[in-house]
Amino acid sequence: MTEGCPFRFAGEDFLARPSGALWWPAQGTLVVADLHLGRSGRYARRGGALLPPFEDADTLARLAAEIAALDPARVVSLGDAFDDDHAASEVATREAAVIARLADGRDWLWIAGNHDPAAARAHLPGTWLSHLPGLIAFRHIAADGPDISGHMHPSTRLAGRRFRCFVLGQTHLILPAFGTYTGGLDIGDPAFAPLATRGIALACAERVFALPMPTARKRSPLNTFSKEA
Amino acid sequence: MTLPPLFSDWFAGNGWQPHPHQLALLAARGDTLLIAPTGGGKTLAGFLPSLVDLHLNPGKGLHTLYVSPLKALTADVGRNLARPITDMDLAIRVGDRTGDTPTSQRRRQRADPPEILLTTPESLALMLSWPEAAKMFSSLKRVVLDELHALAESKRGDQLMLGLARLKRLAPGVQTTGLSATVEDPAALAWFMGAESVLQADPGPAPDIALLPTLQPPPWAGGGGRYAVPDVLDAVAGAKTTIIFLNTRAQAELFFQALWLANDQALPIGLHHGALAREARQRVEAAMAAGELRAVVATGSLDLGIDWGNVDLVIQVGAPRNIKRLVQRIGRANHRYNAPSRARIVAANRFEVIECVAALEAARAGELDGEPRGPGPLDVLIQQILLTACAAPFDANALYAEVITAGPYRALSRDDFDACLDFAATGGYALRIYERWQRLVLRGGLWQLRDPRAARDLRMNIGTITEAEKLKVRRRGRGGGPLGEIEETFAASLSPGDTFLLGGQVLRYDRIRDLVMEVTPTPGREPKIATFSGLKFATSTELSQRMLRVLADPDRHAELPQNIRDWLALQARFSALPRPGTLLCETFPRAGRWHLVIYGFAGQNAHQTLGLLVTRQMEGLGLDPLGFLATDHALMITSLQPVTDVAPLLTTPGLEQGLEDWIAASSLMKRSFRAVATIAGLIQRNRPGARKTGKQATFSSDIIYDTLRRHDPGHILLRATRDEARRGLIDFDRIADMIARNPQIGPRALPRVSPLAAPLLLELGRVRLAGEGQLRLAEKMARDLMEEAGLNRVRGDD
Repeated sequence: MTEGCPFRFAGEDFLARPSGALWWPAQGTLVVADLHLGRSGRYARRGGALLPPFEDADTLARLAAEIAALDPARVVSLGDAFDDDHAASEVATREAAVIARLADGRDWLWIAGNHDPAAARAHLPGTWLSHLPGLIAFRHIAADGPDISGHMHPSTRLAGRRFRCFVLGQTHLILPAFGTYTGGLDIGDPAFAPLATRGIALACAERVFALPMPTARKRSPLNTFSKEA
Repeated sequence: MTLPPLFSDWFAGNGWQPHPHQLALLAARGDTLLIAPTGGGKTLAGFLPSLVDLHLNPGKGLHTLYVSPLKALTADVGRNLARPITDMDLAIRVGDRTGDTPTSQRRRQRADPPEILLTTPESLALMLSWPEAAKMFSSLKRVVLDELHALAESKRGDQLMLGLARLKRLAPGVQTTGLSATVEDPAALAWFMGAESVLQADPGPAPDIALLPTLQPPPWAGGGGRYAVPDVLDAVAGAKTTIIFLNTRAQAELFFQALWLANDQALPIGLHHGALAREARQRVEAAMAAGELRAVVATGSLDLGIDWGNVDLVIQVGAPRNIKRLVQRIGRANHRYNAPSRARIVAANRFEVIECVAALEAARAGELDGEPRGPGPLDVLIQQILLTACAAPFDANALYAEVITAGPYRALSRDDFDACLDFAATGGYALRIYERWQRLVLRGGLWQLRDPRAARDLRMNIGTITEAEKLKVRRRGRGGGPLGEIEETFAASLSPGDTFLLGGQVLRYDRIRDLVMEVTPTPGREPKIATFSGLKFATSTELSQRMLRVLADPDRHAELPQNIRDWLALQARFSALPRPGTLLCETFPRAGRWHLVIYGFAGQNAHQTLGLLVTRQMEGLGLDPLGFLATDHALMITSLQPVTDVAPLLTTPGLEQGLEDWIAASSLMKRSFRAVATIAGLIQRNRPGARKTGKQATFSSDIIYDTLRRHDPGHILLRATRDEARRGLIDFDRIADMIARNPQIGPRALPRVSPLAAPLLLELGRVRLAGEGQLRLAEKMARDLMEEAGLNRVRGDD
């Protein structure tokens, strides 16, 4: 039994994994969004804070665990895999062996994001695309549905804890950010309203659980518990 | 030095005599700590040696540096100094240098400093980070540290001591005077500032203090004290000028509003607290100084001494929480040296009456409380290292030698210093990938900034005060004036149209634009809420123990007002009264959660530690603890499942198992990490340019903390975090001892909250636990929302 929360979207069966990855069993496809690899390196390069430089190893280890658990035929990264194009070449060089091992024997698709529009592709296995058309399109930023996208980093707070979320609307499915050093945009933000009217969110923790999008609620009860700290 | 004729004539001409401690300080050699009550001419005592020296030996350059914790205080001291200088026609210039000083004036001060410069610890740190620092401070002869007792309570004091160590190196022979209100351990404070001697001024007559008699009895619970408004108004009418202290800003707002509604005589009463706009505060301060107000409602923002000689009554509303603060607040009444201070206390609820009775008893006995302070924190040292590099390239050996002359860092090991230097330079991670981007580089044996432009960022992040992010509040419309600020978390809980209290006005939240909340005053509407946290004070252990003695001794109950005796009788009937030698425990359901209360009367730190231990056991037993609240009297744990047996939760063997991880994951540690990482410069408070707000680009310090803990558990910042969090904990042996000495009663399974537990429900400062209970609660909330929205399962595309 594979862990996660099963749901239907655009006529297909999917599984929302506790890790924030999406599993499409019929296609043997694993989808992740917004890895933001190389973020601490970019901050340091720009003379900012010297953040703990462990997030790439952390993100890739969690991705490796998903690949080991599901053995996908195809892996799709929905853009912003790298925090910028410079980070892409830095990380690709440093983590080349790790990424090659993950991609070995599978299709690997990199969708370009706004952070990594022209990443140095030479060092990386797989194919780069601006988006992947189809009955269900894969792209970085949601556009004509039905599509599966990233970019928004949806998250919510409940009982004083932040949860990364899938956002499931009629024609859009938005993935949470998978990268370790990523923040979240609260699903109550107006930016989500046109994408998921009367939709639901799937919150990722040790288990995945559903809650309605704030637009589908009578009153937003967010923050009811978060002021206690 | 002795007093020159010009000065003694000046004293005599005003009909004054110098106080003995003013003359003693003039004669003192070396660094001295002066302890004097409010109104004892402390400030003049601190400056007299400078004035005399400058009169006898007029010289060039900066002579005296005065450091106070408050900007407002520097302005006040500047005004007070003007009088002797003008009267005696001394050729002395006084300038102040704080965050409010205009840039043009700062530049002039750097080129041509006044003889006396008044500043704050943060502005001093900034001045020391400029390349001109060495030249500017080389002429310095004296340093005066005002309100040192207040500064020593926080990391601001540690930063100040590091700054003082720098000044002593730049100006060898500089003489330091510390000025302090009454403290419990003068020797420790002297050690902290490196003083060779302590001068104690005559404490003056004993204060006149008592409970304020009230027409209505205090309510069962609550912290506002509004039941006493008519009595407080009568007291204000009967005095010349009154300061009314409340413990939190929200309470001050509500009390102020209640006073105005009942103010039939239209007494001029003002409001003063730290969340109000500077303009609003300055208006109140000016009105107070001019004697135009009969009373001011205030919080800790007035704890420190702006000198209002006409105040003749202090009213403390709500239990003072610690004896020292009560004594210092009492001292604000009657600044004439040898008149007794008059103060009245209003207990906010019945539980607090006992605390107030215990506090009055301790204050009369002159028994003060306080916790010994720990060694200098490493995050402050890291900031100091980075700022040192901003001023000039430095030698590590010389800097270490300088740092260990600062009181709090005397025991700092070279290894710890080197670890801090390594963090400042490269991040100090086990994985060395920042060599190319390191912040400090070693060139020719000296450490310096790799990129000199980084100095700007570092200077913008100076300071050790880490507060919640604030939003400015202003009136909507063209040129709407600033009203104050509120915490972002509070703002996030409001929806447009909601009303809240600020500055005594009911405001309607209209919208947020560019990090400013725009509001419209809506008089007459009920405010929705007024919770912004402000400061929370902990009751001292000493006071808790005094309370238990009052509670436990039936003979002492006779001292208590009748309504309190009734209340205690009710508690005894409903549950039981705490007794020394036993540990009273109660459980009751409330609002869908179970509560377990353990009355330890052992102080907040002990209860906090106990809370971590007990909840760890509860997690193991599947009781789904959600969080706990540790006060000084009791520990209250909330959980999803009820506790039926306390004994297994308190068994010592196994208590510590897995505890490190449990503590590490609690909000207690994450809060400490946020502060430590901010001070050490890992997280930036002020970025040049726009501040990012809650967008997906930023991620929380919790993520950095979790990553660091997983991948580099020995990192210096985690150590600094543990050191800091541990200050709020006590060692586990003492807890085991407390449990062993106190056979438990219970738990008494009650149908609802007991009279004694009711006040706990209103306290702030809960510690959240990241366990199964939290996840289950989130799932339940999500399920309820789904049902409310008419969605009872994950929708497919049907």
